[in-house]
Amino acid sequence: MNHLSLIIKREYLNKIRNKSFIIMTFLSPIIMVAIITLVSYLSQLNNDIVNTIEVLDESGVFTSQFEDSENLKFKIINGVPLKDAKFAAESSNNYGLLYIPKTENIEDYSSVITFYSEDSPSMSVMQAIENTIEEKVNRLKLKEAGIDANKIEELKVTVNTNLETFAGEKTSKLGSGVKLAFGGIAGYLLFMFIIIYGNMIMRSVIEEKTSRIIEVLISSVKPIKLLLGKIFGTSLAGLTQFVVWIIIMIFLSTLASSLFGIDTTATQSQQQELLLQNSDKGSQQLITDVFREINNLPLTNLVIMFLFFFTGGYLLYSSLYAAIGAAVDNETDTQQFMIPILMPLILGIYVGFFTVIENPHGTVSQVFSYIPFTSPVVMLMRIPFGVPLWQQILSLIILFATFIATVWFAAKIYRVGILMYGKKASYREIIKWLKY
Amino acid sequence: MENLLVAKNVTKNYGDFKALNNITVEVPKGSVFGLLGPNGAGKTTLIRIINQITMPDSGTIYLDGQTLQPNDIMHIGYLPEERGLYKSMKVGEQALYLAQLKGLSKVQAKERLSYWFKRLGIEGWWNKKVQELSKGMAQKIQFVVTVLHQPKLLIFDEPFSGFDPINANLIKDEILRLRDEGATIIFSTHRMESVEEMCDHIALIHESNKVLDGKLIDIKRAYKSNSYEIGLIASNSDNIKSLISEKFEISPTSFKSIHNELQYKIKISEKDSANDLVNYLTSLGQLTHFSEVIPSANDIFIETVKNNNIL
Repeated sequence: MNHLSLIIKREYLNKIRNKSFIIMTFLSPIIMVAIITLVSYLSQLNNDIVNTIEVLDESGVFTSQFEDSENLKFKIINGVPLKDAKFAAESSNNYGLLYIPKTENIEDYSSVITFYSEDSPSMSVMQAIENTIEEKVNRLKLKEAGIDANKIEELKVTVNTNLETFAGEKTSKLGSGVKLAFGGIAGYLLFMFIIIYGNMIMRSVIEEKTSRIIEVLISSVKPIKLLLGKIFGTSLAGLTQFVVWIIIMIFLSTLASSLFGIDTTATQSQQQELLLQNSDKGSQQLITDVFREINNLPLTNLVIMFLFFFTGGYLLYSSLYAAIGAAVDNETDTQQFMIPILMPLILGIYVGFFTVIENPHGTVSQVFSYIPFTSPVVMLMRIPFGVPLWQQILSLIILFATFIATVWFAAKIYRVGILMYGKKASYREIIKWLKY
Repeated sequence: MENLLVAKNVTKNYGDFKALNNITVEVPKGSVFGLLGPNGAGKTTLIRIINQITMPDSGTIYLDGQTLQPNDIMHIGYLPEERGLYKSMKVGEQALYLAQLKGLSKVQAKERLSYWFKRLGIEGWWNKKVQELSKGMAQKIQFVVTVLHQPKLLIFDEPFSGFDPINANLIKDEILRLRDEGATIIFSTHRMESVEEMCDHIALIHESNKVLDGKLIDIKRAYKSNSYEIGLIASNSDNIKSLISEKFEISPTSFKSIHNELQYKIKISEKDSANDLVNYLTSLGQLTHFSEVIPSANDIFIETVKNNNIL
């Protein structure tokens, strides 16, 4: 067996046999599912609470306007002075007291209404109340101006623009959401993967240094092989962990939803509802739409590029992690070197989630999808929106060229660093090492 | 004698720091070669260059007359001074891994490991984790792994550190046995008593320069001072000293003896022989002790380093 595969095998077996690795592999998805279950359970619990709001409407205009909803109940109390009503509301368990005084002009309603409550009321409750009042006031004003409000309602037209690309693909506003979800998941996955397993590589380099086995090893194998073997072995272990996580998560969420009848996808469907906003499509229609959008995505392109960018980005960063591991004596010394690694990663995520969403093909998005340290994340998020193939390939070439340069650079630091004990590595020291 | 390893004009700089300055070392086949020098002299750098861990800035290493090739790693066994094992790995598994990295097949490695484990009486450790072993126990494993692939050149950097006297002896005997079986051994240390016991050739490196090398015996001859330790029982002990000092350089000394005698260190001039001294002494009284003062490796080491510091 050649050296590289021997090293990969050892790294892999060593990782997956490690007790804390095994524990994390099986515990993390359980914790994740538990948290999701808890959150959805709590939000359902929240939804079950019915808030009662007392309404003291001295004007008498709005009395019939307030309609009870699922979570909100209105109790009309008339003929009571405000002072008493306030006192009563405070001592009761009710959510609050809405006070509408009598006014001369309809316009005055915009500023005289007061809501009394123990704590600040939630935004959504206030929104609901204000909407109701505004609608009524508007209607009153229309009536005052001699316009039939019902007529206006009847004449309203809803416009739904059909979106179609020049190539003839039908898309919708929903499509953007689906694309965003795809890109976001891909980018975020890469980000997590780099941080978790990059750290693991770094620790494994430090371990070889502190256990002093390193010199024995590199008298048998070239440091570059050791470095690559470490990166590949750890990545394979990481992939294994990821696959196990996904399997356990699917299993557990199925189990949890069937056992407790809790919909763990509730949070997601809420977001989808947001996307729907004005459209009145039923959920059946929504599902077919989502599937149509997924089908419309450049799936082959996406999957292939995901693999390439994921690998490239991961290798690029993990070689840097390995170099850091070689430069220090113990984990506490790694802090000063972590910032320059994390900065571009986080920048990539920010650019991805703010700029790409805003304008997938704008200058900023384009520039960051070429810079190798941000391109894996940013480009992955851009691709669902359709990126010309030459741009993707150019970005890949830059990425892999940088990877080769970083490995060379990391190997140099690694080669010198692994034999340096007790010296506290500084950036100046490391630059000196490059000349050795 | 044929040389197994020759390092020719090797120079290595670390930035502004010169670690090795144009060093030439020749290691004869079948010898135990002591590479000596104070801390930081450059021994480890030279050893790392031989192991191709670091590359020299200039100079060449020849193994068996050929320029050193990357594959020659398989012919070298190296026990570094900074050594260790994976703490959480099992002993047997780890030894197998390291042996396979040296090019042995799994079957071969297993066979030889069981031979060595039996030989050193450590068969029971195969499934133990390294972190359960004491330092000395771990060193034994490291020793086995170093010699397992039967290299023709063995390099030991401070091999006895961490061993108790019993195990140090055991390892010493194993090293000498390997030498007898045909291996050449480079031995880096600053423990002079082991140099005395084991090395037949030495090279002394001081502040990046080689200051001394050759056969230990030749070096000792060159460093001898023509001095002898004597013990003498004489009736008129009071004026003996002044009598001797008329003819020879004399200084007091002491050694263990069962007699109650006069003990002196006497230095004779180049033209006198030891016989002249013996004849003269026996004329003075009963000679109970007579031995040549041979410079120890320690003396040579200290003297050479001191002289070089003055220069």
